[in-house]
Amino acid sequence: MRQLSRRDALALGVSGAALTFIGLDERASAAAKEAADQIAKFTGGKTATDGKISIVLPEIAENGNTVPLSVSVDAPMAADNYVSEILVVAEGNPNPGVATFHFSPMSARAEASTRIRLATTQNIIAVAKTSKGEFFTGQKLVKVTIGGCGG
Amino acid sequence: MAEKPRLKLPKEAKKGDVIEIKTLLAHIMESGQRKDKDGKTIPRKIINKFACEFNGKPVFAVDLEPAIAANPYMQFHAKVEESGTFKFTWTDDDGTVTTAEESITVS
Repeated sequence: MRQLSRRDALALGVSGAALTFIGLDERASAAAKEAADQIAKFTGGKTATDGKISIVLPEIAENGNTVPLSVSVDAPMAADNYVSEILVVAEGNPNPGVATFHFSPMSARAEASTRIRLATTQNIIAVAKTSKGEFFTGQKLVKVTIGGCGG
Repeated sequence: MAEKPRLKLPKEAKKGDVIEIKTLLAHIMESGQRKDKDGKTIPRKIINKFACEFNGKPVFAVDLEPAIAANPYMQFHAKVEESGTFKFTWTDDDGTVTTAEESITVS
């Protein structure tokens, strides 16, 4: 057998690495697609504008079983124009859905906090809907040390 | 019935105040993803709906998914214009409904 030149060996290494990446990407993109589908269902196909929404999550979650999450939208909560719903999805969980918060003008602030489970390092996406039919979106990356979705 | 839900909100407020409400219900929130030691999937059993009403009017509600951590905790706000009662309900996958009430005096 021909001895591998240094160049060949490097090329093999690179293509191998590329293959691994593709494999990972496909798995991640399946979940991401499901997340995107849920968002599309929520917005009814409308495009959500980036901004106004802020997601508070730890940069690194040591325990994926309980990660504090807080979402808020910088928008008025008047009787005729308020944030009616916020959808939260996790791109890398077995089921991307996390929660849908429903607000009313009596909520006074478009803001809610809870604790969530995260299987792995991933993006959390929030989409807010106003009573006027506008949509806002935002996302945040969380690094998860120990996943919280199974055993 | 399970343990009593934990509620935290002020007993008194001024008219028009925005108050913070915190609730917690002890619940396993079994995700339906875990397997027991024989490799069988443990069926899903979660609280799938939480709602808060004030004097019968909806204030805040959440549709919960298995990605909500055990012992679901919710923190939100409400604007109070009159004295009255907050009613909280948690709905389990099996149909069990847990309720709690707390009244507030608004001056």
